[in-house]
Amino acid sequence: MHTWMRSILFLALLVPAVAQSQPPKSVDFFRDIQPIFVKSCQSCHQGGAAPADLRVDSPAALLKGSLSGKVVIPGKSSESLLIKRISDKSGLGMPPSGPLPDDQIALMSAWVDQGAKIDDTFSANVLPIFKSACYQCHSGSDPKAQLHLDVKSMALKGGASGPVIIPGNSKDSRLVHRVLGEDGQAQMPLGHTPLTTQQIATLQQWIDTGAIWPDGLSAQGSAPTHWAYVKPVRPQLPVVKEAAWVRNPIDRFILARLEKEGLKPSQEAPKETLIRRLSLDLIGLPPTPAEVDAFVADTRPDAYERLVDRLLASPHYGERWATPWLDLARYGDSDGWTQDHQRPSAWPYRDWVIKALNANMPFDKFTVQQLAGDLLPNSTVDQKIATGFVRSSMLQTEPGTDAAENSWNAQIDRASTVGTAWMGSTIGCAECHNHKYDPFTQKQFYQMVAFFNNSAYTPEVEDPVYHKKNAFGEPQMDLPTPEQAQKRDEIKRELQTYKDKLNDSSPEFQKRQAAWEEGVLAFEKQWRPLLATKVVSTDGTTLTAAPDGSILASGKDPDTDTYILDAKAPLGEITAIRLEALPDPSLPQGGPGRDYYGNFMIHDVSVQAGSSADHLSKVAIKEILRDDDAPTVMDDPASQVKQVWVVNAAGHPDRHRVQLLLIPGQPLKIGDGVLRVTIEHKSDVHGVNLGHFRVSATDARNPKMVIDVPADLRPLLNVAHDKRTAQEAESLAAQYRSVSVELAPVREKIAELEAKIEDLHIPKALVLAENPQVPHPTTYVRMRGAFVSKGDLVEADVPNFLGKLPAGAPPTRLGLAEWLVSRDNPLTARVAVNHYWETIFGRGIVETTEDFGTQGAPPSHPELLDWLAVEFMDQSWNVKAIQRLIFTSSTYRQSSAVTPELLERDPSNSLLARGPRFRVEAEMVRDIALEASGLLSQKMFGAPVKPYQPSGQWGWFPGSRPGTDIWQISPGEDKYRRALYVYIRRSVRYPSLTVFDAPSRETCTARRPRSDTPLQALTTLNDPAYFEAAQALATRILKEGGSDTSARATYAFRLVTARKPTAQELDTALSEYDKSLHHFEHNLKEAQAITGQPDAERAAWTMFSNALLNLDETLTKE
Amino acid sequence: MYKERQLDLTRRHFFDQAFGRAAGFGIGSAALASLLGERLFAENAVNHALDFAPKAKRVIYLQQAGGPPHIDLFDYKPELEKRDGEPTPESLIKGERFAFITGTPKLQKSPFAFKQFGNSGAMLSDLLPHLSEVVDDVAFIKSVYTTQFNHGPAQIFQMTGHQIPGRPSFGSWLSYGIGSEGQDLPAFVVLLSGSSNPEGGSACWECGFLPTVHQGVAFQKTGDPINFVSNPPGMTADTRRSSLDLVNKLNHEHLDVVKDPEISTRIAAFELAYKMQTSVPGLMDVASEPASIHEMYGTTPGRPSYANNCLLARRLVERGVRFVQVCHRNWDMHGTNYNDDVINKCPQACRETDRGSAALIKDLKQRGLLDSTLIIWAGEFGRTPMRQPAPFLGRDHHPKAFTIWMAGGGVKPGITVGATDDFGYNPIEDRVSIHDVNATALRLLGIDHKKLTYRFQGRDFRLTDVEGEVIQKVLA
Repeated sequence: MHTWMRSILFLALLVPAVAQSQPPKSVDFFRDIQPIFVKSCQSCHQGGAAPADLRVDSPAALLKGSLSGKVVIPGKSSESLLIKRISDKSGLGMPPSGPLPDDQIALMSAWVDQGAKIDDTFSANVLPIFKSACYQCHSGSDPKAQLHLDVKSMALKGGASGPVIIPGNSKDSRLVHRVLGEDGQAQMPLGHTPLTTQQIATLQQWIDTGAIWPDGLSAQGSAPTHWAYVKPVRPQLPVVKEAAWVRNPIDRFILARLEKEGLKPSQEAPKETLIRRLSLDLIGLPPTPAEVDAFVADTRPDAYERLVDRLLASPHYGERWATPWLDLARYGDSDGWTQDHQRPSAWPYRDWVIKALNANMPFDKFTVQQLAGDLLPNSTVDQKIATGFVRSSMLQTEPGTDAAENSWNAQIDRASTVGTAWMGSTIGCAECHNHKYDPFTQKQFYQMVAFFNNSAYTPEVEDPVYHKKNAFGEPQMDLPTPEQAQKRDEIKRELQTYKDKLNDSSPEFQKRQAAWEEGVLAFEKQWRPLLATKVVSTDGTTLTAAPDGSILASGKDPDTDTYILDAKAPLGEITAIRLEALPDPSLPQGGPGRDYYGNFMIHDVSVQAGSSADHLSKVAIKEILRDDDAPTVMDDPASQVKQVWVVNAAGHPDRHRVQLLLIPGQPLKIGDGVLRVTIEHKSDVHGVNLGHFRVSATDARNPKMVIDVPADLRPLLNVAHDKRTAQEAESLAAQYRSVSVELAPVREKIAELEAKIEDLHIPKALVLAENPQVPHPTTYVRMRGAFVSKGDLVEADVPNFLGKLPAGAPPTRLGLAEWLVSRDNPLTARVAVNHYWETIFGRGIVETTEDFGTQGAPPSHPELLDWLAVEFMDQSWNVKAIQRLIFTSSTYRQSSAVTPELLERDPSNSLLARGPRFRVEAEMVRDIALEASGLLSQKMFGAPVKPYQPSGQWGWFPGSRPGTDIWQISPGEDKYRRALYVYIRRSVRYPSLTVFDAPSRETCTARRPRSDTPLQALTTLNDPAYFEAAQALATRILKEGGSDTSARATYAFRLVTARKPTAQELDTALSEYDKSLHHFEHNLKEAQAITGQPDAERAAWTMFSNALLNLDETLTKE
Repeated sequence: MYKERQLDLTRRHFFDQAFGRAAGFGIGSAALASLLGERLFAENAVNHALDFAPKAKRVIYLQQAGGPPHIDLFDYKPELEKRDGEPTPESLIKGERFAFITGTPKLQKSPFAFKQFGNSGAMLSDLLPHLSEVVDDVAFIKSVYTTQFNHGPAQIFQMTGHQIPGRPSFGSWLSYGIGSEGQDLPAFVVLLSGSSNPEGGSACWECGFLPTVHQGVAFQKTGDPINFVSNPPGMTADTRRSSLDLVNKLNHEHLDVVKDPEISTRIAAFELAYKMQTSVPGLMDVASEPASIHEMYGTTPGRPSYANNCLLARRLVERGVRFVQVCHRNWDMHGTNYNDDVINKCPQACRETDRGSAALIKDLKQRGLLDSTLIIWAGEFGRTPMRQPAPFLGRDHHPKAFTIWMAGGGVKPGITVGATDDFGYNPIEDRVSIHDVNATALRLLGIDHKKLTYRFQGRDFRLTDVEGEVIQKVLA
């Protein structure tokens, strides 16, 4: 039914607004035309297998036309094939059972002449309102007030209180009254935003014009009838004439359809073509000349099947088939979003996929482990790694992000991804409102989301690469090798003994701590304030010294200022000078700064000393230390101005006294000399100067002790031991442990051991963990999809129109996974086999791989799809078996050469009267060049690699720290590894893959577009990675290709395309080669530049190789 | 006229979707057009294919990433000056979420002086001396709001109409809808400057579900402006040409055998690539511009900058590029450190952008191109009229109201649309959404924003999602 809605748009695009001489009667499609189609045409012309591809069961399909083109030319009945055919009374016309009555033919013609309009106001305008505003209550088996707005007859009949729609009379229709909030009753929809004026007007107009509700347009209330929501049953195999062509049931379905269309399948492709096609499809690499020779020479009757089996067993099989799955899994090596931090723990999941595919893990197991491996009883390490599928959602690490919102974003993505990957459904559309076209309600979407709302996370986590805190962190799991695990455990055991030592709380320890505390308090007394003989401001601040040595700023508050304080040295020898920033009630918010918030910022503090104020020299300061945790601007390498102390007092409501400690390189032996302390404020920011402060000096040997206790803990020292809370006591004890001189060796040992663990470089994997306290997860519906607008609480469940959780399955991710792969699920098997089909043939049986809903494309071969789906399940979800069936069919083995007639009849090859021919996936473009040139590394698995890419792509991320985010070309063979292993930075994917339509992996991708652009040509021509392949191929040709030019050219051809060139091609190639050779013989400098040697021959072969690697055939699976 | 265009769109749509391919840069690939036996879009597509008479034929979108403070640049607020330092009225901020502000923030006046300029009397702060010379060519919209308050999502929303990556950006829609005017450059080019890439990343110029051919081509700042447009070092153009001849000949011979039209498409793509190799170096060579032009923009040949990108944008639109996105990311100022405060950073960002933006208006005008080129200057959101608690003067992100400006291409010059309250906090007149801005821009290009659609996953998507009203007051 929903395809009708599509038609409205389609029509809107097609109908010319040509002024018509209106015939007396205005024909209405639904009233006048549709019944004719239903009665006389639709028994044949419907569904995916309609004769000549002409369907009349949906206006969109009707207007799209048949294999011969459009059948309805709006405004021109005489040119419309439909009218010609029904007007043909020679006996060859339509319908075959005999011509329609004349009045019906006249109606049809008039409809076309009037523009073939389909004014279905109902589905275009009214139904969407019903769906988004009414069906939550007024649909299904038990609607509120017994009002079914989802079934035509029942809606027009009305609810418990009588009719609500009076056709032709909106004024008296209760439906209108209620949405307007009249009749003294609450306005509908209850508890939701009222309809807009425009929506109400739409309803009124629809009722006033007769409330036309086209037949067949019932909505979600009744059982779903859309094909994809009905469990597939194994269809009968169709009867075919050319039974000899049939190798397996797939061929029977394909051939039956071709015979119906009067088409014949193409011949089998040559063996060289077949082995290249199979190699690319099964392992993603072209065959070697030796493999081609062996296959061509193999005359056994099952040579082909043997080849398929060899390739299915290859370890490269998993590498090839991982890519389409990883597109669904939105696998990437970075977090995505703004800062797109690197994600070094992602790749173990990628490797898991490769291994699972190679091991031919049944698809049901494959599903359960990825969605809920952690919930399986006694789950293994591998089963946990598999949950990396769920974890692969993006993560927002921009400062200011809310952890709960991050979690929520991940859940939305996870539910939507399951919808696309397993259900072929756009359930994400129901995030904000009930799905406009498919039966998913908003509530059902959030029920799916709820499955993912029970995973453990922490609201803050330290990012080890970027040294910052991210909002939202999920579990990771160490993946040590046995040796690493052993070493790590040894170190950990040793570490524990030191940690125990550190965490000592014996009476002895407490005694030492008490002594330390006393020492710190006593130490305060070892400081002598500098009593100013003079204190001035360069810019007009009034500075007033108090008897305790403190200085208070008042009066003018200049933009920039320098305070200069002179004092007689209070001690003969000085080991440290400290600056205390003190609160004062006269300052904003109590100080200590003069900024609105009591903040201040000091750019520099310097000390001078001498015998008198006129003989001063600068004192070299070795160390500057602080006792506050204010923002460390001075640590920011990007900072242009030296900033020694920035205090964000606003973050310290208690306004602690904070201290800055200056330690000179050598103790100052100053006698009774003079000290000058200069405090500079250079900021342009208005009024961020220091407000109240004191400078003092000490001659103590360990001056750092004054900051042994940070400002916020210091008040605790004056609280008696038995008056401290447990937390306060622990804070102070922890502080003592961190500074205690006695414990210094222990701390050093701990740091050393922790560094040792780091040095093991144990890989980590992203995993999921469920919160066991919540056996049945829930979540809130979010109104209009807005995180902050909570609606009803819903429990995790599957969409009820698709069945329910299997008996005994828990209402968790595990239950969800079991439901997906249960025999009762109508979607999963179809979606999976369709995805394989699309990967192999370039187009799915359902073209819209991502959408099996009513707005998706109908299947081209519905019975085949169902047959494959049932077969897949019957074979216990055996992936390789179902693929083997496809690969060994006659359908697959056809030649892909095309004739103009066939191109005209079936341009997109949906009928499969020929083999697949299309440009290979991005990853294969790279792998073919590497394999043909002999550069390809055989190494599998592990951390992602970085081959050549132009500079400047990375290193420009907001939030990068120096040294991070550098694209350093991988050493050795790693730069020649398969594209699958190339680093996926989601916001800047490897450009030479992106250009060939590799998705960004930010969200789930079911189907890649296949474009052809000049940027691709530039890549394969000039990307140094590709040019290096050309150079290597030239070397290979010279080394392995024989001695004469013709043999070498042939060899090159075979390496790249797997076939020998035709005589004509060889002629062309040789003559161009000769020209090129001639050119380089006269331009040895260029030859040198291109090959590194003044070697014309090598240069000519390099350019020859570069050309071959750019052939259409090279980039194409043929 | 417009029906005809819809037919074309439909046909184009059909081919894109049915074959999953597109040739060359959108339109202009004669080879593909002929092999498909019908005209897809010809170079004069604009003239016959529009819903309305177009005023603008192309767009230069000056994307000011980071969130320029409207209070300090355009939206003068005497009341804010008066109440500087007072707690923000609760009526404004009750229940609000901010990225960084917590508690009750204090009102913060602009530290910069404002004056009126031009016949229109537009108020600008003294940070924009160059823009002040051309205010009579500009339409300011002071009542724009967005729905996102983090940079990444807000920028992606601004450029694609949806906050999550995956939808086509403005330039992609235009490339898809009306293609390129030129033959040897992409329809949609992105030029980047500033302290980093915009937080939204390439999602700000991606093509989403549209064919890749409509993706914005981000020119690199170093090396080849377009990846791999240069031959490998030492290779001459002749050598490249002769290797292409070999590719072409072999492709043609194979086409004769397998008859797949895809091969013709690839042959055309390689020819276009070759043309780009010749045209791009000349395009990038701004040293050929007279000294007066460099003076106007404030550019030095060989030095990448926003101003340099403005000059390049002019050269690109002269060569038929449909949409140039000039993105400068340096407008974030939270006051967390010296370099992040309004007093330092705002003048700096203005020094970086003011002259180039104004020069673009002047330069296009003197070339007679301003009338047909739409310039949009916009950030992803504004900044709070309150001070963020931070050691320096910072303002937080403010999605509820901010100022953008438009010029040229059918925009009514010398006007101001919309107004905010006394604090610049909420719009009080002509509230304008991002979708409204985009709908208006499309309208100026002659396109009804509701009709430029693409079917994906069963839904007809558009740049303006399900919203968008044309701002009539902006139309000349």
